[in-house]
Amino acid sequence: MAAVRATKQDIYHGGDAAIVETQTTITGAEALIKSLQAEGVDVVFGYPGGAVLNIYDALHQSSLRHILTRHEQAAAHAADAYARVTGKPGVCIATSGPGATNLVTGLATAYMDSVPVVAITGQVASFLIGKDAFQEADITGITMPITKHNYLVKDAKDLPGIIKEAFYVASTGRPGPVLIDIPRDVAVGELSYKHPESVELSTYKPTYVGHIKQITSAVAAIDEASKPLLYVGGGAVAAGAHAEILELAEKADIPVTMTLMGLGAFPGEHQLSLGMLGMHGTAYANYSVNHCDLLIAVGARFDDRVTGDIQSFAPHARVIHIDIDPAEIGKNIHVDIPIVGDACNVLKEIVAKVAPKQHTHWVTKIKKWKQEHPLHYEIEESNCQAAGTSQRVHPQAVIDALYELTKGDAVVATDVGQHQMWAAHYYRFAQTRRFVTSGGLGTMGFGLPAAVGAQIGKPDATVLCIAGDGSIQMNIQELATVVQEKLPVKVFILNNQWLGMVRQWQELFFEKRYSHTSLESGPDFVKLAEAYGVKGMRIKNPSEMMAVLEAALAHPGPVVVDCWVKQDENVYPMVPAGKGLSEMLGLEGK
Amino acid sequence: MHHVLSVLVENRSGVLSRVAGLFSRRGYSIDSIAVGPTEDPAVSRMVIVVQADEDGLEQITKQLHKLIDVLKIHDITGEARVERELALIKVQADAANRGDILQIVDIFRAKIVDVAEKSLIIEITGDTDKVDALIELLRTFGIQELVRTGRIAMVRGRRVEAAR
Repeated sequence: MAAVRATKQDIYHGGDAAIVETQTTITGAEALIKSLQAEGVDVVFGYPGGAVLNIYDALHQSSLRHILTRHEQAAAHAADAYARVTGKPGVCIATSGPGATNLVTGLATAYMDSVPVVAITGQVASFLIGKDAFQEADITGITMPITKHNYLVKDAKDLPGIIKEAFYVASTGRPGPVLIDIPRDVAVGELSYKHPESVELSTYKPTYVGHIKQITSAVAAIDEASKPLLYVGGGAVAAGAHAEILELAEKADIPVTMTLMGLGAFPGEHQLSLGMLGMHGTAYANYSVNHCDLLIAVGARFDDRVTGDIQSFAPHARVIHIDIDPAEIGKNIHVDIPIVGDACNVLKEIVAKVAPKQHTHWVTKIKKWKQEHPLHYEIEESNCQAAGTSQRVHPQAVIDALYELTKGDAVVATDVGQHQMWAAHYYRFAQTRRFVTSGGLGTMGFGLPAAVGAQIGKPDATVLCIAGDGSIQMNIQELATVVQEKLPVKVFILNNQWLGMVRQWQELFFEKRYSHTSLESGPDFVKLAEAYGVKGMRIKNPSEMMAVLEAALAHPGPVVVDCWVKQDENVYPMVPAGKGLSEMLGLEGK
Repeated sequence: MHHVLSVLVENRSGVLSRVAGLFSRRGYSIDSIAVGPTEDPAVSRMVIVVQADEDGLEQITKQLHKLIDVLKIHDITGEARVERELALIKVQADAANRGDILQIVDIFRAKIVDVAEKSLIIEITGDTDKVDALIELLRTFGIQELVRTGRIAMVRGRRVEAAR
């Protein structure tokens, strides 16, 4: 650590040990590092630059681990993914101006999915703020709508308090990203350091315990319902309510559907699991929403990708909405029984009071829908050796095989698009915090940096990055980070040489006018991987798929597998934008 | 319908930007906003007039509550309250019509605060209707400049909220 310097006051007041203790000073940069460590941070993701030189100097002299990404956006995504898999706040650092603005997409991603991230940005010196100084950007102004809160530190002595507060705000209540902007003179400025023990924030008091009257009403509604349905979102993951959801589902015999963000909060292979609902939800999940008489929303926000046409969403259902954020209640849909509180606490109370029940008729009905409209693709083609070498593999088959080969136990990071939906459908997550995906913002380029953050957070886990050939190119440079940090990340590019999801919309809704969605120029991902020092492999046809996937997973280091998948495959079922959940396309295949 | 929100906020830089930004981001427009320090210098009060239906008002109130710098929000639309707005109005005036203008100013209990060769500045305080009415009457003389503060409001009688 940096030397502790004594101020003049120590000399004047020399002799009094207590005063000497409190008057020793360190720099703002050193205080930042100390504060991060005091908050339990063991790794930060970042990229150095002029305005953070002092912070990086303090970092260099500390034991805090730093992961050098190759783009600030990747640092933000990696910190976000680290938080998603560990439940602890992720930390990223960037310099002022372009470094800070490169964090913006990452912060917006974390904000939309309520992920605790603390972003540290350098800023030009206080006296230069507002003067259009070199690499100056008003990052607190820019990030106001995409952070839970942000701070511009004006005095070095405020740093310990602000950092404590930032972690508290980021990780409590409904989690979210917090940004701390540190002008260069503040990083250099001296302060007598003391880590505050607690946070005093009179304006911020999240509600954790549900109102007893509301809980009683919810219990009564569950007891009365004959066709109840649990609708579980990312808030259930954040609250760690998976055990309570399982308990409630089994005790009261309630089928469970999950949002993209909720996947894993209930075991995907459980007989009461309906998988995902919404635009690309399963037919049986969407039918269940349409027929249920009680919808129990847990940490979910009735997003338009979930509800489709809001007027026809769950038309026969009373709605219980459990959420820690009061603003979510009634935002998109009328709620009959709102319960503001921590999902885990609230469900514990409900489980204890609810009567054990069997909904045989309802569950049988859903089972029938499952049999009639399963998730499917033309499996015989892809698995058939006789299909020869001219056929490309089904993208779904790749995910299916990865699920089998990893026994459903991998951490799966994705980009955004068709491959993301197939991963959601065919990787039947058994556990929470395994699926790392940008749900709310839908950020292409999230997957690879997210895999980096996930592997750092869970060093012993098998981390898969499932990407598309479009998305992967948005942050492909992170292969260098993977190599530098020796991360055994397995990247599977479902390469159809299209921006597949946009192509699908153009096919279905724009009369096949494929405007600027063809990516036929490549690159050669195997060669590209090798240029980074990553093992490159390729699957050209179904006959070689299993062997390549097995070899890739068995390889001790990082791998990029370029999977040449069927080019015109669409994600089904699909509810066209603005339509009701019953208006699904593609139920009988294409 | 119009709602009058009395919002107590931490007196910190950027807080006005946070509040105003929230309204625009969530698609609500502010009719007027008036901000100033309260009896506690660490706390400012914003009086915000917003056009919203009941659901919209509930949503914007909840979203405002989520801002870390916001202390208290009180919808005083239905409360008995004193509401005032201040306007400065520069009106064309010469020797011929000055008397007419003065008469109107008198009736409204407004004040002349500046007299120039060809214009007057009139100061009026009152509720929005009163200010509007005066402005309408003065239009015939020719309004050269107009400045309004937006509404400030205070609930009558009991103290409705303490900052902390």
